[in-house]
Order: sequence, then C-alpha cells, then structure tokens
Amino acid sequence: MEYFDTLIVILQSTVRVSVPLILAALAGLYSERAGIFDIGLEGKMLAAAFAGGAAAAVTGSALIGLCAAILVSVCLGLVHGFASITQRGNQIVSGVAINFIALGATVILGQAWFRQGGRTPQLSGDARFTTVELPFAAEIADIPVLGPIYSDLLSGHFLLTYLAFMLIPFTWWVLYRTRFGLRLRAVGENPGAVDTAGISVTWMRYRAVICCGILCGIAGAYLSMAMTAGFVKGMTAGKGFIALAALIFAKWKPVNVMFACLLFGFLDAMSIRMQGNELPIIGVVPVQFMQALPYLLTVILLAGFIGKAIPPRAGGVPYVKER
Amino acid sequence: MNDIAIELKGIDKKFGLVHANKNINMRVRKGTIHGIIGENGAGKSTLMSILYGFYQAGAGDIFVDGRKTVIKDPNAAIAAGIGMVHQHFMLVENFTVLENIMLGAEESQVLNAGITKARDELRRLEQEYELEVDPDAVIEELPVGLQQRVEILKALYRGAEILILDEPTGVLTPAEADHLFRILEQLKSQGKTILLITHKLREIMAVTDEVSVMRRGEMVATRTTAETSVEELAELMVGRHVLLQVDKGPATPGDVLLSVENLSVRDGRGVAMVKNVSFDVRAGEIVGIAGVAGNGQSELLQAISGIRRAVSGKVLLQGEPIHVTGTADPSELRHRGLAHVPEDRQHMGLVLKFDESENSILGYHDDPKYLNGMFLNIDAIRKDATDKIEKYDIRPPNPRLKTANFSGGNQQKIVLAREMERDPAVLVIGQPTRGVDVGAIEFIHKRIIEMRDAGKAVLLVSVELDEIRSLSDRVLVMFDGRIVGERAPDAGEGELGLLMAGVEDSKEAAQ
Repeated sequence: MEYFDTLIVILQSTVRVSVPLILAALAGLYSERAGIFDIGLEGKMLAAAFAGGAAAAVTGSALIGLCAAILVSVCLGLVHGFASITQRGNQIVSGVAINFIALGATVILGQAWFRQGGRTPQLSGDARFTTVELPFAAEIADIPVLGPIYSDLLSGHFLLTYLAFMLIPFTWWVLYRTRFGLRLRAVGENPGAVDTAGISVTWMRYRAVICCGILCGIAGAYLSMAMTAGFVKGMTAGKGFIALAALIFAKWKPVNVMFACLLFGFLDAMSIRMQGNELPIIGVVPVQFMQALPYLLTVILLAGFIGKAIPPRAGGVPYVKER
Repeated sequence: MNDIAIELKGIDKKFGLVHANKNINMRVRKGTIHGIIGENGAGKSTLMSILYGFYQAGAGDIFVDGRKTVIKDPNAAIAAGIGMVHQHFMLVENFTVLENIMLGAEESQVLNAGITKARDELRRLEQEYELEVDPDAVIEELPVGLQQRVEILKALYRGAEILILDEPTGVLTPAEADHLFRILEQLKSQGKTILLITHKLREIMAVTDEVSVMRRGEMVATRTTAETSVEELAELMVGRHVLLQVDKGPATPGDVLLSVENLSVRDGRGVAMVKNVSFDVRAGEIVGIAGVAGNGQSELLQAISGIRRAVSGKVLLQGEPIHVTGTADPSELRHRGLAHVPEDRQHMGLVLKFDESENSILGYHDDPKYLNGMFLNIDAIRKDATDKIEKYDIRPPNPRLKTANFSGGNQQKIVLAREMERDPAVLVIGQPTRGVDVGAIEFIHKRIIEMRDAGKAVLLVSVELDEIRSLSDRVLVMFDGRIVGERAPDAGEGELGLLMAGVEDSKEAAQ
C-alpha cells in the first residue's frame, strides 16, 4: 500500500509538470507542421508567465492574467513570424533572439515594476487559478485503489490541466479532419503546392504562428498562475526545450506528443522525488543525472529506437517563389 | 461564339536585369493543342506562370474567352478555368491522392462532407478521361507517371477548361509519354484547350495543332504544325541552322579500358540499386546506358567513379583493379585516368559559389602546375581557365565570374572542359545535356565523339533516349538495377522503350 501511495503521488506530480510541456509541445506542433521551426517556445512561455503573473497581481483577476499572457506570447510569435515569414530570415536565429529578449526583459521589467528582484508579487485568491474537484471525489476517496486514482490522480487539478489534455484530441481533429489542418500540414511539406492551389502561404503560416503563440501563452500562465503563485525569473527552466525534444520524439504527431510529454514529466517527477533518496544497489543518483535524462533519452531514442523522425519537409525554409 | 481561348497582348516581364518576356503576343484557339517551344531560359515557363497568376506581368493584357481577365494570383486563374501541371509537381508527397486533389478546393471547414463529394467527382473524372488512380494511395509511393496524372486530375477537379503542361515528358518513359499524349488527345476531343510547353521537337510534331516558338524572351514565330518541320523549328529556336543529327563515323574499338564485373551497389537507404551488372567499354567506343531515371544508373556511375562504395563486384581500369568495395576514391581514380562528369553538375560537379577558374581546376587542384609551393598559383589557374573558356566557347568568357551566374549549358561546358582536357583514358559521363539548350547540346555531342575518335573509352548514361541512340556505338538498357539487354543504337525506339519499361523481349507491351 505504501508503494501504491508513492506511485499515486509521483503520477500526480507527473501530470502537474507535464501540462506546460504538453501545451508548449502542441504550440510547437502547430508552428512546425506549417514549416516554421520555433526554438523560441521557451522565450514565449517565459514572457507569458511574466505577463500573466504581473497582470494578475495588478488586477487581481486570473482571467485577465491569462489574457495578458496569451497576448504577449502571440505578439512575440508575430515577431518570429515577421522575421521568418515576411522577411524570410533564419528561423533559428530569430527564435534564439526571442529567448534572450524574454530572459532579459522579464527580469528588467519585473524589477522596475515590482522591485522584488525580478519576481512578481505573490498571487492569492482570485488572482490565481484554483483546482477543480471532480464530482464525488470525496465520496469515492476511501475505496481502495480506484478511490485514490479517481480522487487524487484524476481529480483536483487546475482547469488548465484538463484543457491541456483536451487539446490533444482537439489538435488531432484539427490537423487531420479540417480544412485548416489539411492546409497547415501541406504548407509545411510543400508550400509550392499550397501556393499553386490558390492559397496564401504567408497567411497560413501566420495563422500557425498565432496558434503557437496562444498555446505558449497558456503554458506560461499555467507556470506562474497555477503551478506556482507568481513569476520567478527564469522559471521556465528549459521546459521549452524539453517540449521541443518531446515534439521531435513524438514525430510531430499530437497523440505521441502527449505520451512523450508524460514520459518526460514522469522523469522530472522522479527526479524531484528521488532527491537525496537512496536506490537499492545503485545508491544515491545525482539529481543532475535525472534532470539530464529527458535530453539523454531523446538523443538515445532518436539514434535508432523509434526510427527516423522526419521533420516537415519544408521546415525551416522560407518560402520563395521559384523562378 | 469566340474560338480564341486565350489571347496574350504585349505581355512583358522583367526579373531585375533579366528581361524574361518581351512584348509577347499570342493566340490559342479553343479545343486545340498548342505547343510552345524554346530553349531553356527562352521565357516559356515565365510566360505560363504569368498566365497562371504565379507572377504578374509588368505590362500587357490577358484575354480568356475574349474577355479581358486580370489574373493576380492562381485563384484568379483557377476561377478563369485555367489549370497548370508544373514541371516539378506541386504535390504534397506524404498526402494521399485525395488530399492533394482537395487541397485548396475543400468546400467546407470540416473535411468529411467534401471527402465524399471529392471521391464521387474523382470517380467521374477517371471514367470520363480514362485517368485511373487509387484515391487513397500516398503520392510518394506512386510512379511519376501516375503523380502527373494526379496533377492533371487536380486541374480538372477545379473545372479547368484550359490546361497548361510545363515540360510534362521530362520524367516519363516513352510508353508513359505516349499514354500522356493519348490523354491529351482525349481531353482535346472533349473540348479542352491544351498548352504544351516543351523543348522536345519530336513531341511538338507528334501532338500539337499549332506551335509558337520563343527565343530569348521573344515570341519569334507561330506555325501550324502540319506545315512546318523539325528543322525549321530548331532553326527558329536557336536563331541559326543547327545540326540535329550528330555526324559520326564508325567506331574502331580497341582494348578494353573499363571492365565491370558482377557489380552490386546499394543506395543510401540500403536498397539494392545495382544488381550484378557486368559490361566492358573499349577504347574508341561509346557505350550508352539507357533507362528511366532511378533504375540504378546513378548508383552505377557513383560506384565506378569511387563516390559510392559497392557491395560486391570488380571494376578494372586499364586492366588494373579499382577497389570499388573499399578504398577507391575519386581523386585516386582521376590520377589513374578516369574522368567523371557527374549527373548532377550543380551539386557534384561544381561549387556554384566559386569563380569559374576555381571550378575549372576542382579535383585537380593538387597538380603542381596550379601550385606555387603550398599556395595556389592564381595566375596559372586563370590562364588555364581562359584557355579552356576559349576552346569550349564558354560564355561569358570571364574566369573570375561566379559559376552560379553561368547558364546550365555553360556550366556543363566548364565541367566538360575540366575533365576532358586532362586527356583521360576513360570518360564516364552522366546526363551530359540535362538542362542544356540546343546549341550547346550540339557542341557537347561533338566533343564526346571527338573523345571517342581520339581512342578514349566513353561510358555515357542518359535518360534521353535520343541522345543515347545518336551518340552510342552500343546501347545497354538498365531496368531495376540490371542490364536487361544490349542493342545496336539503330534499334527501334519502341523496342528500346519496352526494354526500359522492363518488358522482356518475348512479352507483349503491357499498358
């Protein structure tokens, strides 16, 4: 029973840490499926976390915080879009620039506005997202096995958590069952085909970048307004890059994205849980090793276990009409 | 009733300094197949892209069915009933046929309803025009002939009355090309108007009703096909008299200089592309390898020239073995007298960002005559390049010009000059005239024959059957990695075409 409880606790925290990964990876999916590589997920998330935390602290409303987060993230997305779609710049350079701008600007603005060393004020009450209890959670809690699974693992999460998991099937549906999805996938594979079919490549790609911005914004809001109560500098801590790894790992497919993010979330949860604990035989595992695991796993698995991850064919290439 | 489907008046287009179309006037009659010919860079594709709304003309008007029509983007072209089959197919390779056909014409936000309708419509088109394809097949798994059919269906699905085909036969086998022409005849009989862009004169003569000739951005003539000849059209295209038939005397084969025995090669994905191939090339003969692109010719060339490691087999160069399954490398082979003109000159034959003079010594840059101690002797290199430019008539004659700025034909001459001037014993040459205009083709063919007459062994690989037939002394046909037959160059085109399609001698032609 003790092991079972531990497992439930670890899984619960897996879900908690997976949410920003899922949101960011889905954000990357919309962008990269349309042929715009986005290494700036990290920066957009960070800027959104700050905007959300700041707006919620000032207005006292979580909803306004969320809107501010999305707005800022979409704006940064549009900057990336302008650089890489309209100006046909290098998408990696643009993404890196966004990451650095976000890293610096959040701290400077935070210090200028709130004077708490780059933090935003602690959020409380309506300014922060609260958890939702599923119906009958309390009543079922005492039933062995099923009870904890329902009331501890499935119930008691933030609304944004449920939203993130619902976005998985939704994204699949959008991608494979709607006109928008068909065109989005096409523009990432062969923009020439889209152009000759009378569809604007530029407008398609901008829409993809906006979708990416919205999802990154939600991811950022979750970090500063749900998972914690306020923005702390550099709080994304590489989650944008892990999401990118998960996306490659998932071969740019929505359902795979969920599993990849849950796996990476699980490793993260384990690393927190195992801090200082001794494992039988192995002894104490350095926490740095656990933190490096997602990256190591990506490299190892990509090197042959999951087969070749083929990116969208037109990914990273600005569209120029050929002569 | 107006019987002019399309009329162009004073179409003019500039790309920077390049004047691609100069005051073009043209009329295409309804229900005909109208050919447009011209050399590469004559402006045919630009003109058609303007008609399809891909580019906007700097000046001039387009009339469709007698009405002045502004075509500002492909949407407007589609709305005006114009469809286009591009030279490089505009298909999404990992989509199904159905998805490709629906793209841009989905009918509704959610796909379901449109899918059913598209399926029905596709079935109707297939029956009406005999264009069968499996709607659920993935494009990249289809042969090119079928991919092209999908492109045609795409245009018809959008209700095209006027169909533009840009160099449609470049990637097809002769049998597939014949099938395409039958489809075009069928479309014509249903009242569609077809514009066929090509640089192959034979095709023009075979299927068109009228033909317009373009040269250097200008429309130089329009003829009724029945009243013109290949010779006249060639002359109009190039602007001077051209020899279409290569003059060559009988071959006088000598010793075997290149001998290939049981060679097998795999491609990058590990698929066997060359399967147990054996043949000899003697001094003073040209051996041509015919075949549809992708049947192992590329891998064969790469193995012989030391670029790709073979799985098994032996290659003898002037009687001495080449270590093709192991350490053979192109530089060693060059020094042993094997010159290689690669199939893809832009990727393997040249560094486009280099000066002409640098490219003209590439691969031989360690020759002491180009060196000054450990440094390059720039003066010697430029002098050498200038000599080659003169001898091979490379234009513009400037050894310091960036190679990317030369036309396809002149780039090919740079490679040929580099390889031929080393006086190799064996010349291995892939697609010598791909993307090269008629005038330069004549020159390149003459050079190749001169090499033969000087007692070199020449191995020629080309997907252009005409080229193989007019240059070779012996023709080997490659299909699916094997040499499926040897023929004399004067063997019938039909016979060679069947071999290229993998039909064994005894069997009947399969459709």
